[in-house]
Amino acid sequence: MLIINFVGIVLIAFIVWWFWLYSPNNKQKKLANNIGDEVNIMVQDGVYQPSNIILKANTPSVIKFIRKDPSPCAATLIFPDFEISDELPLNKTTEISLPPMEKGKYVFHCSMQMYKGYLVVE
Amino acid sequence: MSLPTSLKLPIYGMACKGCASKLQTELNAITKVNAKVDFASESAEIVIEDSSDYDATLKSVVILIEQKGYKTTPPSQQDTVNNNLPAQEKSSKDKSPASSQVQTQELLVEGASCASCVNKIEKALNDLPDVQQAQMNFALRTLTVTGDVSEDIIIKTVQSAGYNAKSTDNASDEQLLDEKEEAEQKYYQKLMTQMKFGLGLGVPLMVYGLMGGPMTVNSTMDRAVWLLIGLVCAAVMYFAGKHFYIGAWRSFVNHNANMDTLIALGTGTAWLYSMVVVIYPLALPEMARHVYFEATAMIIGLINLGLALEVKARGRTSEAIQRLIGLQPKTARVIRDGKDIDINIDQVLLNDLVRVRPGERIPVDGKVDEGKTTIDESMLTGEPMPVKKSIGDEIVAGTINKSGSIIFRATRVGKDTALAQIINMVKRAQNSKPPIGRLADIISAYFVPTIMIISITSALIWLNFGPDPSVAFAVVSATTVLIIACPCALGLATPMSVMVGVGKAAEVGVLIRNGEALQSASKITAMVLDKTGTITLGKPKVTDVHSVNSMVDDQILQLVASLEIASEHPLAQAIVESANEKGLSTDKVEHFNAITGQGVEGVVLDKRLFFGNYKLMSEQGINVNKESLDISQKMASEAKTPMFFAIDGELAAIIAVSDPIKEDSISAIKRLQKNGIRVIMLTGDNQATAKAVAQKVGITEFFAEVLPEEKSQKVAELQAQGEIVGMTGDGINDAPALALANVGFAIGTGTDVAIESSDITLMRGSLHGLADAIAVSKATLSNIKQNLFGAFIYNVAGVPFAAGILFPFFGLLLSPVIAGAAMALSSLTVVSNANRLRLFKAQDH
Repeated sequence: MLIINFVGIVLIAFIVWWFWLYSPNNKQKKLANNIGDEVNIMVQDGVYQPSNIILKANTPSVIKFIRKDPSPCAATLIFPDFEISDELPLNKTTEISLPPMEKGKYVFHCSMQMYKGYLVVE
Repeated sequence: MSLPTSLKLPIYGMACKGCASKLQTELNAITKVNAKVDFASESAEIVIEDSSDYDATLKSVVILIEQKGYKTTPPSQQDTVNNNLPAQEKSSKDKSPASSQVQTQELLVEGASCASCVNKIEKALNDLPDVQQAQMNFALRTLTVTGDVSEDIIIKTVQSAGYNAKSTDNASDEQLLDEKEEAEQKYYQKLMTQMKFGLGLGVPLMVYGLMGGPMTVNSTMDRAVWLLIGLVCAAVMYFAGKHFYIGAWRSFVNHNANMDTLIALGTGTAWLYSMVVVIYPLALPEMARHVYFEATAMIIGLINLGLALEVKARGRTSEAIQRLIGLQPKTARVIRDGKDIDINIDQVLLNDLVRVRPGERIPVDGKVDEGKTTIDESMLTGEPMPVKKSIGDEIVAGTINKSGSIIFRATRVGKDTALAQIINMVKRAQNSKPPIGRLADIISAYFVPTIMIISITSALIWLNFGPDPSVAFAVVSATTVLIIACPCALGLATPMSVMVGVGKAAEVGVLIRNGEALQSASKITAMVLDKTGTITLGKPKVTDVHSVNSMVDDQILQLVASLEIASEHPLAQAIVESANEKGLSTDKVEHFNAITGQGVEGVVLDKRLFFGNYKLMSEQGINVNKESLDISQKMASEAKTPMFFAIDGELAAIIAVSDPIKEDSISAIKRLQKNGIRVIMLTGDNQATAKAVAQKVGITEFFAEVLPEEKSQKVAELQAQGEIVGMTGDGINDAPALALANVGFAIGTGTDVAIESSDITLMRGSLHGLADAIAVSKATLSNIKQNLFGAFIYNVAGVPFAAGILFPFFGLLLSPVIAGAAMALSSLTVVSNANRLRLFKAQDH
């Protein structure tokens, strides 16, 4: 029983760390894209891929979203910090133009926040 | 050796960037192949370095891609020949690049007015090395360019030839909507099929269990049968629930958790436990050897059913926007080179002459050039009466030409039309969130991991303190907690209602800018109405000319009109119009000066003239005797604005101007007051006129003689009294007050929606729009509250229930199947409740 309880507590600790405390390191961030790259985000299987986007500060950017996920949840895209919201048609590329941003982390998500990604402005 | 040839192949089925880079390495291992695989666009750029081996090499590439478990569509033979032959074999013009991405693009050309323009444009483009062929259709003003050339270069070349080109909006809103509906229908059917798989296995198993069939493993025979069922269940999980597991995994690697995570974990736990029972029954106490395959299959079936019904219900939430999009005709009849031609709506150019017959919809915005008619604008403004239009009047896309045939000149096309802007604004507002939804957002962000923690905790409590078979109870409670929790209901609560509410408002001619405006409008306690143009028509007319000396009315009007012709004040315009109507000519004014808040002065025919209110007279030392004062007060008490006219320091006349009150202002104000809103009128008019107008329309509070810059001050004063203030004005003079108010309402003139300073735009002049806007906002907010309350209560009550909180008292433990049904129903309930708003009707007026 002790072992089971221990495993249970470890699982809880893992959940807390994995979903709430984890912060991607630079190497993982770089997997997303390099500053200045054309950014294409695939909306598929319940996620934005990649979900961490590196953008250059104080420069307007364009991100292309390609929605492959038929779920209606995936159809709406919201950047709450910039009051941008758009519809992503299925199997089509939608360009989102973002204004110049200050350094920081900005979230983007679907209308229910089940799909979530971050813009990391450096 | 031949020159290299490039092509782009789609690659389907790559799960990650790693797959893409691995595939790239392997493709590059093929001789004479240079490949670049892009995960995001699911494609590979392939350069075959020796095109003499093109077919064989391409075949190797396709085979390798398929061997690696991905799918691709190789270009057809025809495409291959056209698109990828090396340069020297391709065209007699010898213009094709070695690495070609030949494509055909269609653009619209503006400014081409003759056949020679066509030649000039075609030549300029055909001279480009990468263009194979450029052809222009003069009648349609379209340009078709084939070659490896970007749209930018085409546009710049056309511009350097002295014209303008722009891309055609191939995907119109209507097409996008059709595609969306088609995609949703496909998704619905897919979910229904998956539901049948799930319930096809789950229902018979559950019926068997309910009829008393043992769901336990007690013998070798039981093991064999349940193993078979377990494998069938795994197949069902794969075919009917694959999307949950893939979604859950993808989210997990992205440090995210969503509804898929909960379903995957819940059904996965039930299935795994059951398989352990079947494969290693001895690992568990005898009483715990219960299988839950029916739960797994039922949950997958039920949740797919819930999602399918939700897709259908969601479709209905965007009815309003669909209706707006449907207002745009697909074609227009333009007159080019003296001939009528029917063209697609996206090919209409600025300044095109468009012919519209009775009964037809206006295709783009424009100004009437020929003919007169009446136009039904109700679909945009909510105004039921058709509006008369004649030469010079503006007409807008989407409205219906009722009576006459007209020709109009296009002034706004494509995305610039008022209708397109309305659609855009409504779409944007539908996706924005009012502050009330923020708490749900915060909860949503922590919801799923919290449920996972509760599920583990619940299992541990059962294992530690539960009765035998505690392990079975632990599995059931953990699974049920995971399944019953519904982040979707919480997440859908606000956006669904906003979607329907904003759309409903648009239907009655009320454009709500965003969710915040929607929420604030529902809380308004005081409404400030600017008198001119809001309560009144904003078109004042001269009603009385009272001469004090021996001058006749026309002489007086002629002099005042001469003085006022330089002024843009609505009252001045009323006087000039009145003089024009009487055919009076005006004389030259010199030394004209507008005195803020008082009136104007100037010299006409060597006479020094003053025209304005009583204050102007007293400041200029002009004597106004008691009799004149009485006359002016009588005029004011009749809701007219009296103005004094003095010539060379002597009072010459009193002129009264009256701005008629809109027909329905009284009933609309009554509606506002009935809703407990304090209605206050603001005006620059004198106290007596303001009082008379206020009395006429049933307003008890008013601010008179308010200068334009003081309007925002009055709004601030009301806010300081604790009121939530709505301010209504025309959006031009009132901009600061509209911006300062909690909600700024701009009364549109017809369909002019370019009013940026307001939170809510009323597309028709009636004040009933205000009451409608507030009513829709209130209904939407209360709908959001119901949804949020329902979603919160559902989760707050459901999760402990699922964890077994009632078991110690009543011996009750929820079945995971019931949890699955409850979860599927919960989000459906939220969407259906939001859909109730579609039935909302603003009060009849």
